[in-house]
Amino acid sequence: MLKNLRRRVSGTTIAMWIIGFILLVVVIVGVVRTLMIGKYTGADWTDLFVYGISQGSVYALIALGYTMVYGILRMINFAHGDIFMAGAFFGYFTAIVFEKNGFFDSPTVDGKLVLALVVVTLVAAAGAAGLAILLERIAYRPLRRAPRLVPLITAIGASFFLEYSFLGLFGSGIKGFPEIDALKGRVSIFGVEILKTQVVVIVASFVMLIALWLFVQRSKMGKAIQAVSEDKDAAALMGINVDRSIMITFLVGGALAGAAGVLYALLFRQVYFFMGFFPGLKAFTAAVLGGIGNIAGAMVGGLFLGIAESLFPNLVLDGLGIPAPYQLKDALAFLLLVLVLIFRPTGILGERLATKKA
Amino acid sequence: MKRTSPFSWMTPVTTGLIGGVVALFLCLVGIVEASLGRYVITGIVTMGQVFVLAVYAIFAMQAAQKAAPGQDEKPAPFRTLASGAISGLMISVVLAIFVLLGQQIDLRAVFIHATPVLYDLLTFGLGVPQGIFVLLGFGILMGVLFGAMALLPSALRRSLGAGLIAVPLVAVIYSSLFSGRGLSAFQALAVFVVVGLALFLWGRYQQPVRARANALPARQQRSMRLGLWVVAILFVLALPALGTYPSEVLVITGIFVLMGLGLNIVVGYAGLLDLGYVAFFAIGAYVMAILTSPEITWFPFSGNFWIALPFAVLAATLAGVILGIPVLNMRGDYLAIVTLGFGEIIRLVALSDWLKPLIGGSNGITQIPKPVVFGFSFDNPQKLYYIVVIGCVIAAFIATRLKYSRLGRNWMAIREDEDVAQAMGIDLVRNKLMAFATGAALSGLAGALFATKLTSIYPHSFNLLVSINVLAVIIVGGLGSIPGVIIGAVALVGLPELLREFAEYRLLVYGAVLVFMMLKRPEGLLPEARRKLELHELSPDVAE
Repeated sequence: MLKNLRRRVSGTTIAMWIIGFILLVVVIVGVVRTLMIGKYTGADWTDLFVYGISQGSVYALIALGYTMVYGILRMINFAHGDIFMAGAFFGYFTAIVFEKNGFFDSPTVDGKLVLALVVVTLVAAAGAAGLAILLERIAYRPLRRAPRLVPLITAIGASFFLEYSFLGLFGSGIKGFPEIDALKGRVSIFGVEILKTQVVVIVASFVMLIALWLFVQRSKMGKAIQAVSEDKDAAALMGINVDRSIMITFLVGGALAGAAGVLYALLFRQVYFFMGFFPGLKAFTAAVLGGIGNIAGAMVGGLFLGIAESLFPNLVLDGLGIPAPYQLKDALAFLLLVLVLIFRPTGILGERLATKKA
Repeated sequence: MKRTSPFSWMTPVTTGLIGGVVALFLCLVGIVEASLGRYVITGIVTMGQVFVLAVYAIFAMQAAQKAAPGQDEKPAPFRTLASGAISGLMISVVLAIFVLLGQQIDLRAVFIHATPVLYDLLTFGLGVPQGIFVLLGFGILMGVLFGAMALLPSALRRSLGAGLIAVPLVAVIYSSLFSGRGLSAFQALAVFVVVGLALFLWGRYQQPVRARANALPARQQRSMRLGLWVVAILFVLALPALGTYPSEVLVITGIFVLMGLGLNIVVGYAGLLDLGYVAFFAIGAYVMAILTSPEITWFPFSGNFWIALPFAVLAATLAGVILGIPVLNMRGDYLAIVTLGFGEIIRLVALSDWLKPLIGGSNGITQIPKPVVFGFSFDNPQKLYYIVVIGCVIAAFIATRLKYSRLGRNWMAIREDEDVAQAMGIDLVRNKLMAFATGAALSGLAGALFATKLTSIYPHSFNLLVSINVLAVIIVGGLGSIPGVIIGAVALVGLPELLREFAEYRLLVYGAVLVFMMLKRPEGLLPEARRKLELHELSPDVAE
C-alpha cells in the first residue's frame, strides 16, 4: 500500500505537476501581457462576460442531462448532444409555423410572442424527451448489465445515427431560426447594455434550472431518482420502480436539452444536423468540471465553462501573440476537460469518479 | 398428443408496424431514392427497391418465425404464413398512410426526400388510389412469400437467404467496377443459384470434408495448407489487375486495415477505448508531408518517402506515449472522452492560423511525392497497393506475434481486470504505454501512406469521424480478431466506397452498425473466441 503510494507520488505524478506548473505560468504571462497591451476596453470584457453567461447557461442545461444519466447509470450518454440538436430542429419547425402566422411580427414583446415562444420551447422539450426515452428503451436498456465500454460504444453509434438521420431527413443546409423583431437590439440592466436575446436565454435557463432543482430535491419522483443513483438494488427493495426512475431521468434530461436547443437557436439563429456535437462535448466537460453526478455542480460547471470559453481566448492567447485566438476556442474547452480530468477529477464540487471503479 | 403453443395475433401486427416505420425511415432519409439509379437487375430492380424489399423480407420472416411452433410441437403452416402476411400488410399500411398523407399536405417542407419520385415508387407508378391497393396486395404477397421461408428446413432457408443477399452484393461490385449497369436477369439468376447451391453443399458436406482433410497424413495436410496460402497470396497480388479505380478502393481499404490493426491492439487487446486515434494518423501524415514536400521551406531537407517513413512512425509512437501518460490511471469511459479531446485539439490546432506558417493551416500541405525504389515510381494506385499490402502484412505479423507474447497476455489481463492484473505483478504503466505506442505506430504508418497516396493533406481529413470509422471496422470484425479487421474494413470501407451515391449515409450506417453490433453481437462477425472454441470443442464453457 505504502509502496504503491510512494510510486504514484514519484514518476508520472511529478511530471504531471511540472506540466501543470508550466501551464499556470503560461496562463499568467498571457493574462498579464493582454492586460498590459490594453487592446480591449472594459465594455468589451463585459460583453464577452455576458455572452459567456448566456452560452454557459445553455451548457448548464445540457450538462444536467449528462450528469443525471451518469449519476443513475454510470454511463456517458454520448448521444445527449444530439438530443439537444433534435430539440433545436423540433423548435425550428414549430417556430416556422408561428412565423408564417405572424406571431413574431410585433415590434414589442406581447402576449402572442410569449405564447409562441413558450409553445416552441414546449414542443422542442417534448420531442427531445420522447427521443431520449426511445433511445434509452431501444439502445441502452438491454445493455444495463453489460461491461462499461459496451453502452459507451452504443451511445457513440446512436449519436452518429441521430446526426446523420437528421441530415438525411431534413437536409444538410443550415436552417436560419426565425428572427424576432421584438428581441432585436440591447437593453440596459444595472447600467450594462445586454442583447435582449441574451436576457431571454439567461432568464429562461435560470427558471428551468431552479425548476429542476426543486423537482429533484422536493418531489417524490426526484427523491426516487436520487435513491436509484445511490443504490439501484436497495432502491428496488424499498419499492421504487427502477426502470421508471431511469426513464424519468432520460425524460427530464431530454426535455432540458430540447429546451436548451431552442435557446441556443435563439442565440445563434442556426440549426443544422451537426450542431449538437461541440455543445454536447462542452456540456460533458461542464458536467465533469462540476463533478459528474452532481446536479448543482453541472450548473456551476456550465456557467464556468461558458465564461471561460468566451474570455480565455482573448485574455490568455492574445497576450501570447497567437493570431486569431477565437479559432482555438473549442481546443481550449477540450484542454480544460483534459486538465480537469488529470488534476482534479472530482471537479469543482463533485465526488471522485474518474478513477473510481464503481 | 402434440399441441401448438398459444399465440397472440398482435405479435405480427406490431412486428409489421415496426417494419413499416423502418421502411418509412429508409424512404424519408433518402437512402431509397439515392440508390434508385443503381440497377441490381438491369431494367427491372434497382438498389432502392432492394432496400424496401429487404425490410419486407426481414420483418415478414421475423413475424413468421415468431409464429412458427417449436420443434416438438405440431406444425402450423397456416398460422406461420398468416403471420407473415399480416406483418407484410402492416408494412404496406404504414407506407400507404404516408403516401395518402403526402397527397394532402406538402411533407416536403419538412422532409426533403418526400418527393414525387418516392410516391411514384411506392405506388408502383400507378398513382392513388390504384397504386395503394397494389401496394397493400404487394405487402401481403411479400409477407406470404418470406413467411414461407420460415417453413423450410433451416439449411435450405439459409442457402436461399444467402443467394438472395448475394445478388445485390455482386450486382453492386459488378456495376461499380466494370459496367456501370446491373446484372442481366440471367446473370442474377446464375449468381443466386451458384451462391445458394454452394452454401447448401457446404452446409451439407462441410463436416465429412473436414474430417477427410484432418485424417490425411501430416505432410499432405501441410502441403494442402501451403497450397491454400499460395492461392490466397496470388489472389491478393492479382487484385490490382481489376483496374485503377478498384485499386484506389483497395488502397483506402488497406489503409483502414492498417489503422484497424493498430486500434485493435489498443482497444481489442488492452481494452483502452481510444477515440483520439486519428491524432496519430494525422501526425504520421503531417510528418511525412513536412519531410518530403518541397512546399515546406522552413524545414531544410525534403527527403524521399523511404527516409521520411521511419520518422513518421517514430513521431506517431512518441505522440502515443506522450498522450498516453496523462490518461494512464483514468477509467475506461473517461479515457475515451479525453482521447477524443486530444484528437480534436490536434485537429483544431492544425487548422488554426497559429501554426499556419509551419504546417499550412487550412490550406494543408501539397506536393507530397510518391515513393520511388531504384527509379521505379509507385505513382498510381495499382502500384501503391503493393506497398500498402506489405504494410498490412507487417502489421498483421506484429499484431499476431504480440497477441501471444508475454506483452499480449499482460494486455489481456489488464483488459479483464486492472486491479487483479496489478496484483499479479503486471506493470500497468509500462504495459499501457506499450499498447498506446504500438497502436500509434501503426496509425502513423497508415497516415504516412495516406499522405503519399493523396499527395496533399488538409486538417479536415483528420476529424473524429476517422476514429469512429476505424472503431466501427474493428467492432464489426470482432474486437481482438485480426481476420475480423480485414473483413470489417472490406465491409465498412471498401463496399461503401463502391456505392458512391451512398456516401452521405456512411456515418448513418456506421452508427446503426455500432448500436446493432453492441446489442446483438458484441463479439463481432469473426470473433476471437472462435479460436478458443475450436481449441476447447468438448468444453465450450471453458472458452466463455
